Amino acid sequence: MDSPLLPEGAKRCSPTVFFFWTLPWLALLAWGGLSAFLCLYKALNQTNMSNVFAFALWIVFDLGVIALGAGAFFTGFLTYIIGRKELKDIINAAVIIGFICYTGALAMLGIDIGQPLRGWFIFWHANIHSMLVEVSFCITCYAMVLAIEFLPIILENRELDKIKELRLLGHNMHEIMAVFAATGTFLSFFHQGSLGGMFGVMYGRPFAARGGFYIWPWTFFLFILSAIAAGPCFTILCTKLTEFISRKKLVPEQAIQSLAKIAAWLLSLYMVLKIADTLGWLYGVVPDAGQKFMDFYREGPYGVWLLVVEIIICGIIPAIILMIPKARQQQGWLIFACLLNCTGIIFNRFVFIIVTLAIPVMPFDRFWGYLPTWQEWGVALAVIGYGVLLFSAAYRYLPVFPKEKELNAVAE
Amino acid sequence: MTPFSFEWLWNTEYTIFFGLLYVALGIIGCGMTFVIIKTVLQVFGFMRERHFH
Repeated sequence: MDSPLLPEGAKRCSPTVFFFWTLPWLALLAWGGLSAFLCLYKALNQTNMSNVFAFALWIVFDLGVIALGAGAFFTGFLTYIIGRKELKDIINAAVIIGFICYTGALAMLGIDIGQPLRGWFIFWHANIHSMLVEVSFCITCYAMVLAIEFLPIILENRELDKIKELRLLGHNMHEIMAVFAATGTFLSFFHQGSLGGMFGVMYGRPFAARGGFYIWPWTFFLFILSAIAAGPCFTILCTKLTEFISRKKLVPEQAIQSLAKIAAWLLSLYMVLKIADTLGWLYGVVPDAGQKFMDFYREGPYGVWLLVVEIIICGIIPAIILMIPKARQQQGWLIFACLLNCTGIIFNRFVFIIVTLAIPVMPFDRFWGYLPTWQEWGVALAVIGYGVLLFSAAYRYLPVFPKEKELNAVAE
Repeated sequence: MTPFSFEWLWNTEYTIFFGLLYVALGIIGCGMTFVIIKTVLQVFGFMRERHFH
């Protein structure tokens, strides 16, 4: 039925199978749609957010997907600016994943601000001393860049490619993609950093506060480094998942290994700096604030185990696996390490957002815990539904993986 | 916010903050304008089409 729209020479499942595949993800979207409607219609009392937890599940998801979407800008930077040609085989997937992550995050923020009709205030009545304003500017501009990077991939659809005007537009956009990639790198660098910088300047909360360089706390640099270490791993994971579901080889191993090796070095560097930062915090910020390490962990649901999971299990272990060539060349170890790395970055964002707010800062305060409502889960999980649907449609109708035909020639 | 808005202050902070935003938007806008003009010229035969692949 839709065979004229499928990429030339590519084998895809029947429209019926594809329809059934989309159903659970459409259900997630419907749940998210209902939750979003309730939050907009009845206001944010539909969530468990409060004066204590002004940031909650949505911001954890936001920061998580933005970090995981960093694979787009970093792979673009490596491909178009540094000239790593082998990554051209995976750049389309990275761009689509980035587009999904950023547009999903923006949609979620639209609900989170409570009054989306006043969303433009942040641009027009900007508080230029706010790191979040810089983040808003950069995320919005970078979402535009990602849309521009995604457009030529859409225009490569078999039917659209027959239209001369669109084909020329796509080719011309490809030609100056390096300019957009460079702009995207600049924008991403600053918003990834400012997301971390915001926590570092919370001097009233010694759990998050940090020293730094000039106006930037160390968390500014750590957030950039952690994002560019985890983003490529998320791209690898999504690619491997697509290969597993479609039972095809989609990306040459050289591209995967190249990306994994770069991620390994970045993750190792990040872990060294993260451990140094944690020690600096432990022996500097904490005693200076008149507190002890265990003051932050003595009560409540968020214990020292979070630190162990984030730094050792989801940081040092994947860094070691990815650094060993023989280990990362084995599919199982590669996927395991990428999974741990991506989980680690979610843990890191969770700790900075939820645990920072859960720890008391006044003697009469108590330790808090946060439990999201079903509406919050609905909006957050809708991003996953949206992502799977968009990536599935892109894989079905667009030449996302340029080497697919070549790699599966014998099998087909 | 633009330099014509009533909240605008002519100081270094505003100049750097908004300057970088407008530079980024300018690059995106100029890039897309260049691509569209080039495409229109190619469609109407005023410019030669480059062949890929």
